[in-house]
Amino acid sequence: MGKKLLDLFLTFFKIGAFTFGGGYAMIPVIEEICVEKKLWITHEDMVNVTVIAESTPGPIAINCATFVGYKQGKFWGAVAATLGVVMPSFIIIYLISMFFNNLLEFPIVTNAFRGIKIGVGLLIVNAGINMGKKIPKKPLPMSILAVSVALMLAASFLSWNLSTIVMIVAAGVIGLALFALQQRGGKAS
Amino acid sequence: MIYLELLLGFLQVGCFAFGGAYAAIPLIRDVVLSYGWITEEKLSYMIAIAESTPGPIMVNLATYIGSEQGGILGAAIATTSVILPAFLIMILAVVVLNKAIKNRYVQATLAAITPCIIGIIFATGAEMTIHAITGMWEILLGAVLAVILFGARFVLKKKISTIAFIGISAVLGVLVFSFV
Repeated sequence: MGKKLLDLFLTFFKIGAFTFGGGYAMIPVIEEICVEKKLWITHEDMVNVTVIAESTPGPIAINCATFVGYKQGKFWGAVAATLGVVMPSFIIIYLISMFFNNLLEFPIVTNAFRGIKIGVGLLIVNAGINMGKKIPKKPLPMSILAVSVALMLAASFLSWNLSTIVMIVAAGVIGLALFALQQRGGKAS
Repeated sequence: MIYLELLLGFLQVGCFAFGGAYAAIPLIRDVVLSYGWITEEKLSYMIAIAESTPGPIMVNLATYIGSEQGGILGAAIATTSVILPAFLIMILAVVVLNKAIKNRYVQATLAAITPCIIGIIFATGAEMTIHAITGMWEILLGAVLAVILFGARFVLKKKISTIAFIGISAVLGVLVFSFV
């Protein structure tokens, strides 16, 4: 058991250390190592994990590691794999956090980050566009999208205190309520 | 008590970050700015670093903010809190959730949450871009970067890798701001 846990930890440590860009960049790597090489899970398992990961909160890399770890070593397997996948970025970012403020004292670094700041904003817009293309072109999702964008921008310009969590919960409640009404209407007629 | 705040703040993020890395950015921004942990400017620097280092963005951001606020223990608490919901949900998933997720009511709820989150992401990006543009040179740089990113995307039909784009932004930033 101890050996299995160590194997899980080290394998996911490697996966965590070499997947830049996070999230989806990790799926092919996990597939290659856990499905093809180690035979820890099947390809169908992998598809299932992806579906679950997309419908639950949290980083997809964590979902995958927890799932594979659990399948191979129950609770402690899940702990070992999850710790493994997080540890490399934890170490790297912790080290960066220790000297980042000193680094910002160099003008060249500050100038680079003045450019990066704009680039990051655009990247997030771009990610929004990418994800938006996958929304079904139906009235409900489209109006939720439009209202969310409008509310967020209005909140920003008018300095309202708008919590994104409240918005997400509200959207979920609206979706659930409309669906429930629809079901009832369907049964009544 | 900073440790408790980090725990609660990042648990919130971990519980509501449906839709992967970018979905967590608006939530983290919300939490971090409301607690006053770091400035918006520093946050966008950290997003760039998170994008250029291995690991999920929300884990990277949690580690950094935790470390700035409460040293190694703060980093450990923030990181654990942000991944704990995903960890527990996944263990549940193996046991029961697989069926629950296929339930039509759950699907209807998720179908409404998704466009809301995407709207939030889009608006957050727009807001961060606008906040980053504070002068004439920033407008120019923003326009050039937008042409590079969206030009490659819509005209050349090519995707620039995120890390490459951050690199381009950094180089252009150095070129522009070192000489004005």
